[in-house]
Amino acid sequence: MMTPEQNFMRKIEAEEKIEPKDWMPEAYRQNLIRQISQHAHSEVIGMQPEGNWITRAPSLRRKAVLLSKVQDEGGHGLYLYSATETLGVKRADLIAAMQSGEAKYASIFNYPTQTWADIGAIGWLVDGAAIVNQISLQRTSYGPYSRAMIRICKEESFHQRQGYELMIALAHGSPAQKAMAQDALNRFYWPALMMFGPHDAESAHSAKSMTWKIKRETNDDLRQKFIDQTVPQIEFLGLVHPDQDLKWNAERGHYDSGEIDWKEFYNVINGNGHCNRQRVEHHIRAHEEGAWVRDAMTAYNAKQRAKTTEQRQAA
Amino acid sequence: MSDFNLKAATQEYATRLGDDAVVLGHRLSEWTSNGPFLEEDIALSNVALDYIGRARMYYTYAAELAGNGKTEDDFAYTRDMREYRNLLIHELPRGDFAYTMVRQLLVDVFNTYYLPELAKSADSTLAGIAQKAIKETRYHLRRSHEWTLRLGDGTEASHQRMQRALESLWGYTHELFDADPLELQLADAGIGVHNAALRPTWLAQVSAILTEATLTVPKDDWAVRGGRVGYHTENLGHLLNDMQFLHRAYPGCQW
Amino acid sequence: MATDNLELYEVFVRARRGLDHKHVGSLHAQDAEQALEYARDVYTRRSEGVSIWVVRSRDICASQEDDSESFYDPSDDKPYRHATYYQLPEAVNNM
Repeated sequence: MMTPEQNFMRKIEAEEKIEPKDWMPEAYRQNLIRQISQHAHSEVIGMQPEGNWITRAPSLRRKAVLLSKVQDEGGHGLYLYSATETLGVKRADLIAAMQSGEAKYASIFNYPTQTWADIGAIGWLVDGAAIVNQISLQRTSYGPYSRAMIRICKEESFHQRQGYELMIALAHGSPAQKAMAQDALNRFYWPALMMFGPHDAESAHSAKSMTWKIKRETNDDLRQKFIDQTVPQIEFLGLVHPDQDLKWNAERGHYDSGEIDWKEFYNVINGNGHCNRQRVEHHIRAHEEGAWVRDAMTAYNAKQRAKTTEQRQAA
Repeated sequence: MSDFNLKAATQEYATRLGDDAVVLGHRLSEWTSNGPFLEEDIALSNVALDYIGRARMYYTYAAELAGNGKTEDDFAYTRDMREYRNLLIHELPRGDFAYTMVRQLLVDVFNTYYLPELAKSADSTLAGIAQKAIKETRYHLRRSHEWTLRLGDGTEASHQRMQRALESLWGYTHELFDADPLELQLADAGIGVHNAALRPTWLAQVSAILTEATLTVPKDDWAVRGGRVGYHTENLGHLLNDMQFLHRAYPGCQW
Repeated sequence: MATDNLELYEVFVRARRGLDHKHVGSLHAQDAEQALEYARDVYTRRSEGVSIWVVRSRDICASQEDDSESFYDPSDDKPYRHATYYQLPEAVNNM
């Protein structure tokens, strides 16, 4: 007779998915709650930097594309909250943890979107990096997370493409537009690399997550994939690669790149980036401004229920 | 009537309808990431997208009629405030959620009666756009109707917010039923709609919903007009300032 | 944007006529009517469905893994319920 723990590990090793009602180690559950909710918060907070340009999008087509993309991010946040809730936590508690700073979201969203080109750079680089990670996560061991990822990947394929298309328009535009594109690439390239997290040796959660197959590939492997795929894309745009030390390594079959500024990485993670406070305050403000709406819904519903009961008793 | 140029009038009419749609779509898009909860945030974005889609169809048609190589974006991005012809109710700020929902209710009920008339237009393009918009509006009204009930008959605070929004918006509804000579001639030609005839049914349905929501139908003792002649509230200037910023800062660029 | 006072609903979408409703996720809403509307906005933004079901999560009775032996094992010894159990000649095997 297998212990629950052995049975759990047997499933993991056999590539069987773990489903909500299955027995799982408490640490596995906690690890998932942390990772999936962090992912959900990232989607929701990620609506802000791009939302910053919805009213200023320079064509009706771009406006519709951007609005539907930001809306998708809200949807993806919702899929992920929904996956987290299968682990027995409430969305309200997850959001409270994010608003208090106890739960994190992707640091990339703490950078400001200063120009229209940033919208292109975010779609191309930030969504590009996210997709590399998410494709890998489609094979994650927890069923609801895996299914949410499959759905998200399917929907996000347009996100990166619209961003790159936007960059093409700028790169082939006036000198001022091209400069805007280069500037956005310069500012978002390194933060996009940081999205994959610290080097494997430094990563606090990596080892355990790999054993449990929550994560399927290491931070550095995923980052390498992204670095490699981005080089020809930058070339095609005719822009200058922001990494001066980038060199093809024939032996490894990969590009070697310059070192990431980890001091900056930890500074932003620890809450001191340009927009950390602004993003959380925005979320709290929207939440507080919506409180009366949510209260009214509950009150209305209670009244309706009371009416139904009354009618039933009268009958 | 002899110097009435039907094509130019139709182009002007399509532009006006495009202005209505783009301005309201813009206002609704300001809700994205600001909704009272995530589900509603996503739903509001859908309504905004519907309006932006309508604006594109109307402007594209206006551009086609103009026939001078103009595009939908020339209409949206290169005209100044005095050239915009949208009805004022669409340009008012997004306000709080009550204000947004009351405006939607007033406009959605209007469109519920207006669009089926436009769908009968002798102009097949306008009729086609209306046909598509009818389906969207049916859903919009379902939402704004339910929200009016929930918020009107929810808490004391939500009731007050709804009544206040209603009082502050009511005076802008009269313009929905106006028609200048151009619109009258188009209506007579079977292309436009006799808006004035829609008011009794509009008022009956709005009143029924408001009463159901325990709200009071405001008095008809004030009206503000001017959208169709380009006499706007101060709000539109700021909206366009935002929307047209890139075109102003980098003239003549493709985006 | 928390929804502490709302109900959790599970959402099922029928992608095309002729297919089963499939579970796609969940959402928060005040009542079933609202849940249906949000399901449309959240889970069918790309015309993924022709029909939606919503069910309050707490109304779903689920089998437990511990039950799975009594639930599913008895079927293990009835291979004759599966089409593959029957070997037919090649000529008629596309049945």
